[in-house]
Amino acid sequence: MVLFSPKGAFLFWQRNAFIFRRIFPESLAFNFLEPVIYLLAMGLGLGAYISTIAGLPYVVFVATGLVSTTAMFGATLECTYNAYVQMYYEKAYDAVITTPLGVEDVVVGEILWGATRSVFYGTAFLIVITVFGIVRSPLALLIPVLFMISGLMFSVIAMIFTAVTPSIDYFSFYLAVFITPMFMFSGVFFPLDALPAWVSTAAWLTPLSHVVNLSRALALGTPQVRHLWDLVWMLAVTAALFPVPIALMRRRLIK
Amino acid sequence: MDASRPVVRANALTKRYGAIAAVDGVSFAVNQGECFGFLGPNGAGKTTTMKMVYCVLPPTSGDLHVLDMDVRAHARDIKARIGVVTQDNTLDSALSVRENLMIFARYFDLPWGEAGRRADELLDFVALGDRAKDKVEQLSGGMRRRLMVARALVPRPDMLILDEPTTGLDPQARQLTWEKLRQLKRTGVTQILTTHYMEEAAALCDRIVIMDQGRIAAEGAPAALVRAHVGREVVELRGIGADGPGRAVLERVLKAAGDLAEAHEVHTDFLLIYTTDGEGLLHRIREQGLDVEAATLRRATLEDVFLKLTGRMLRE
Repeated sequence: MVLFSPKGAFLFWQRNAFIFRRIFPESLAFNFLEPVIYLLAMGLGLGAYISTIAGLPYVVFVATGLVSTTAMFGATLECTYNAYVQMYYEKAYDAVITTPLGVEDVVVGEILWGATRSVFYGTAFLIVITVFGIVRSPLALLIPVLFMISGLMFSVIAMIFTAVTPSIDYFSFYLAVFITPMFMFSGVFFPLDALPAWVSTAAWLTPLSHVVNLSRALALGTPQVRHLWDLVWMLAVTAALFPVPIALMRRRLIK
Repeated sequence: MDASRPVVRANALTKRYGAIAAVDGVSFAVNQGECFGFLGPNGAGKTTTMKMVYCVLPPTSGDLHVLDMDVRAHARDIKARIGVVTQDNTLDSALSVRENLMIFARYFDLPWGEAGRRADELLDFVALGDRAKDKVEQLSGGMRRRLMVARALVPRPDMLILDEPTTGLDPQARQLTWEKLRQLKRTGVTQILTTHYMEEAAALCDRIVIMDQGRIAAEGAPAALVRAHVGREVVELRGIGADGPGRAVLERVLKAAGDLAEAHEVHTDFLLIYTTDGEGLLHRIREQGLDVEAATLRRATLEDVFLKLTGRMLRE
């Protein structure tokens, strides 16, 4: 059974939002700091050697992709470390399931919150690069919507791992084996078409490459019909995987 | 709901983990307004039974109705009307004392304004009104437990389930918790609790069951259980047991006690004799001039029943 109550999921989302509100000013400041550091390093450092890539100034190429990875990290960190701490150390899930809410609602609420953080992180980055004059199209206004979708996708995937991980130490494994390679090989730092064909085929199978394609197209105002496939890919994978963390978390918590 | 119908009805309730039955076909009924206690050694199945009652564990087999609803079909409806104090404290450390109650009230779909009012009212009830803005970490163990009780009361429950409500508390904190629970009972809130403390069961419970190895070993009012299983008084004789020098005296003591001993238990270094006439029994032993290191006469307690029924082996 993977039926959840939308109201219950919202109430758990609200709890997380309530807690986040306390640390909001500080964490938002860090959200702005990180992209600035990246832009300085990439734009001034690497950009001094590489003038253009795929017809774009290097800093523009990198920044329009990096915005997606920032969103990915927002969802991933929420639904791995934070969710695990809530579940295992704080026993928040044990408390909540004694109320009318069920495990399903908690899992969905956590995923929705992961997506929300993804939008916060990504949008903060987007604002910074807009200020730096990197964004070229008003279509960029759709990027937060993109991050809601990609945030759901990365939250669902992270929650699957959280539901089965034996301990908190294994999250570094998740980051090293899944997140970091994706970060490197999803067309953020260099275009994949310059690499052997199998690399871009493999990249097509990773979730992040589709988000990067879309965020770059929206920021630059160059969307094409093929970008619809990126959207379909994300929606299909998210919908297909959505019941999995609910079922696994039920198995973990209801013994 | 019909007041004469039991609030909880369990029939042949069973929870299995593979070949092991954690709860092995127990049947019991909890009446409206009473305090019902589960006693038993670790691993007896008390917490598992509680979890089935508060609908976070599905039974493997058997029937379980809470507030006239089947736990398998109406978990959300049941959970909306009961309050639960779990064995571990599950308070939100990121939130203040008051916020803990407010966020919990939201889970029961109370609007924010009402959540705040109820939080203030309950904090006063558990004497934490002046700690409303503190973080949970700043509270003592007893305060945290009281906050758990307050949180369980947020939905104004028909029934309160308390899994070891005072384990680890100092005597003052325990007395205060008991006082609050008795106060709640007077307002008609049905209570189910588990405990390791016999005096807690005796102080709070109208009826108890003693569980052992997943089954119910005895059921009844605390005083009636004591009378039925161990009689009125216990003579405890130190230094006389299965081991050591007292051993030679053992036979002679039991012979002297004669028909005044209703039952006895021999331990390594002491002997317990259950009786209705402790004075008479002590008198007989002294008359025989027997060498007894120390003899105490005391009233029989629930602890005697408990140990008699569940044995003295350590359960871990």
